[in-house]
Amino acid sequence: MIDILFYFFAGLAVISSATILLTKNVLYAACALVVTFLSVAALYVLAGAEFLAITQIMIYVGGIVVLLIFGVMLTNKLKGKALVTSSHNPVIGVLVAVILFAGLYYTMDAIDFATVQTATPANNINTLGIGLMTNYILPFEVAAIVLLLGLIGASTIASNKTLDKDK
Amino acid sequence: MSIENFYILSAFLFCIGFAISATKKNAIVVLMGIELMLNAANINFVAASTFDKGIAGQYFALFVIVVAATEVAVALAIVIKLYKHFNTVDLDKINHLKG
Repeated sequence: MIDILFYFFAGLAVISSATILLTKNVLYAACALVVTFLSVAALYVLAGAEFLAITQIMIYVGGIVVLLIFGVMLTNKLKGKALVTSSHNPVIGVLVAVILFAGLYYTMDAIDFATVQTATPANNINTLGIGLMTNYILPFEVAAIVLLLGLIGASTIASNKTLDKDK
Repeated sequence: MSIENFYILSAFLFCIGFAISATKKNAIVVLMGIELMLNAANINFVAASTFDKGIAGQYFALFVIVVAATEVAVALAIVIKLYKHFNTVDLDKINHLKG
């Protein structure tokens, strides 16, 4: 049963991410990105990472994609026709990606996965919460500073004000 | 559902994201490709954390999500500034530094 679910959501992720690559419409790409992120969240659940799945849905689907669509809205003169984007060197780009995938697949084929034991902890969220407040407290606080810096930096860059010396 | 299926899916999503950010002309679609690549790395982390009692991979994935959120906010601010300056987000037309 879990296998079927895995292949279903993996196939969904593959199809929707290929849609982003193949479509020319920017908003279709954003919608396909939502589907990709949601199916990746489902895969997190199947891998036993429920907290990350919820985080993925809240931050990626609820935050990042909305922000990207805002970006599309603010950087185009909407004239009632579809927003299209073309590709630059599509053959070479896809060829390099295929070569990269072949290399990664070849390398992963060499790994002996049978020796690795699968042992998912019973209470995932509990472990995650305790870990974030003990062993991983420094990266946790640094993440807070990074978010604050990102907030200030983004609003400074996008603001209309110019620096005093420019006047 | 073995661990290598997760790895292969992650490699595939990474390559798709790479192809998107390498070929597309619109700056925002390039950002979408970068998000896809970060997500592929996260799948790898989560898959690796399934055979780890300390689930270190999930902490990494969490911090990657934080950095991705910050990155996309700053990148979109830069894209909006570029649009104000060049009046386009077509990366082929944004080709001079001091203008």
